[in-house]
Amino acid sequence: MQLGVFTIGDVTQDPTTGRTPTENERIRATVAIARKAEELGMDVFATGQHHNPPFVAPANPPVLMAAVAAQTERIQLSTATTLITTTDPVRIAEDYAYVQHLADGRVDLTMGRGNTGPVYPWFGKDIRQGIPLAVENYQLLHRLWREEDVNFSGRFRTPLQGFTATPRPLDGVPPFVWHGSIRSPEIPEQAAFYGDGFFHNNIFWNTEHTGRMVDFYRQRYEYYGHGSADQAIVGLGGQVFMAKNSQDAVRRFRPYFDNAPVYGHGPSLEEFTAQTPLTVGSPQQVIERTLSFREYAGDHQRQLFLVDHAGLPIKTVLEQMDMLGEEVFPVLRREFDAARPAHVPDAPTHTSLVARHRAGQDPVPGGGPDSRAAKDRVAKARVTATQDATA
Amino acid sequence: MTEQQRIAVVTAGLSEDASTTRLARAVARAANDVVVRGGHSAPEVRLVTLRDIAHGITDAALTGMAPAAVQDALDAVLTADALIAATPTYKASYSGLFKAFFDLFDEGALENLPTVVAATGGTPRHSLVLDTALLPLMSHLKALALPIGVYAATEDWADASLQARIERAGAALAGMLGAGAGAGATAKGRGVAAASAARRPVREVRDEFATVPDFADLLASVQR
Repeated sequence: MQLGVFTIGDVTQDPTTGRTPTENERIRATVAIARKAEELGMDVFATGQHHNPPFVAPANPPVLMAAVAAQTERIQLSTATTLITTTDPVRIAEDYAYVQHLADGRVDLTMGRGNTGPVYPWFGKDIRQGIPLAVENYQLLHRLWREEDVNFSGRFRTPLQGFTATPRPLDGVPPFVWHGSIRSPEIPEQAAFYGDGFFHNNIFWNTEHTGRMVDFYRQRYEYYGHGSADQAIVGLGGQVFMAKNSQDAVRRFRPYFDNAPVYGHGPSLEEFTAQTPLTVGSPQQVIERTLSFREYAGDHQRQLFLVDHAGLPIKTVLEQMDMLGEEVFPVLRREFDAARPAHVPDAPTHTSLVARHRAGQDPVPGGGPDSRAAKDRVAKARVTATQDATA
Repeated sequence: MTEQQRIAVVTAGLSEDASTTRLARAVARAANDVVVRGGHSAPEVRLVTLRDIAHGITDAALTGMAPAAVQDALDAVLTADALIAATPTYKASYSGLFKAFFDLFDEGALENLPTVVAATGGTPRHSLVLDTALLPLMSHLKALALPIGVYAATEDWADASLQARIERAGAALAGMLGAGAGAGATAKGRGVAAASAARRPVREVRDEFATVPDFADLLASVQR
């Protein structure tokens, strides 16, 4: 089980003091959070990608990942998310491969489409084409990391002739990819097709809907022959705020919740807590709630928490991380690992991916010859051939 | 008919005993009477009072996530065989609450849903609100909105002709449920409505996971 934190880099006024951090302070704090995660033995630090205020998440996450890689030794660096729609897949191939080398393989990424309409035209794109952009761009990225002379012609970018993305991925093995989506079933379908991971943000939607998205991904993962449904690679987000006793946690977090980006000035803290995985309470409550994610998402491989948003001062964020790292994660790790059946794999790491690659067991996009998907394709081709013959 | 049909009644009336809610219920009762007189079992009527879930409607608009009570209301409409949508007239249009509720539906979610629109107002001079505001909204939602709606101004409640208009609208809706034939003689347009029921497109409640394109097709759609 990989446990860690993710940040979306929002620069938000602290509603209790009226103070807004400078961009410099927020960026420095983000690096401090990543270093703290490493110190506490967390497994993952993930950063968002943003192009618009009030965010200072990097426009190109490998910039931040490289800085953190230089200051850490063990922690896995990821994204939450990399914008596959508006970022040129050639630059994603190049920049993430480069930082993968710098970080000795401690890099993976989560693809997201981005739901901020105005961002798209800044990059010559259209939000209404979000799914086709994600489909075409990722297909190209997948090839750029695996083929050396790429010829490509698509709807959204200039064609490529005999193009080689450099540097080549470390050990010839691309970073692992998760695909993130809150509500578009095409994305778990995409993740399943390639045998990639599926990440659900799990913060902004009812747990039953999150469960349906994850279950759909699991079914399709099995259909494409990458393993049984319960072996699919699932990551979840989560959001917590803790104090020794739950009344203090609620009292201290409420002003931040009430003014938070996205859900602030909307539902009450109590309503949102009931509806979504947000947990505001004691470390024990956080442990119990998080363990209950298994009930709707199955045995997942990665659990990340959002701890630094809504204007929470860095001092508070680091205290929250101490509680997570010292009181919550050891129990979660033990309990999740004990509950997970032996045939359910861990989250992929560079080491495991290299071993898989050398064993010739890389997933076949769309499913190998023994998959149900392949059998369906054969049957469909037979029907078409018969129709052609009788026509 | 093998299954009991369902009529969803959405009312944006605000007061405890709102005339808008009275009007909506009266149309539902009229539809019910025609169905029953036609020898069919009485439809299940589900009343959705938007006032009760006004905060939740705002929360759903802000977060994209419907609280349970709002989801129940949405489901009542989505699973209905017919809809009666009623609003008070505010500033020459439907109320903001009424619009905010219908804003929550996905594109095409009401496609082919037989619908009667109704509105109340302080003066008969607003009676065209049905045609200028409610019907355009329902056509945008692709609901099968009937041209016969009911508008009730304050003074109409003292006039017997309101009941006749309510019965006519109710009968038209009953006709869309396929229950018009054999009913009483109150509805002049009944023959037409019954005939259209036979031709009515089948309404499907969509499961978004059942219609996800196979990924190979998605890929093919962007390749050239």
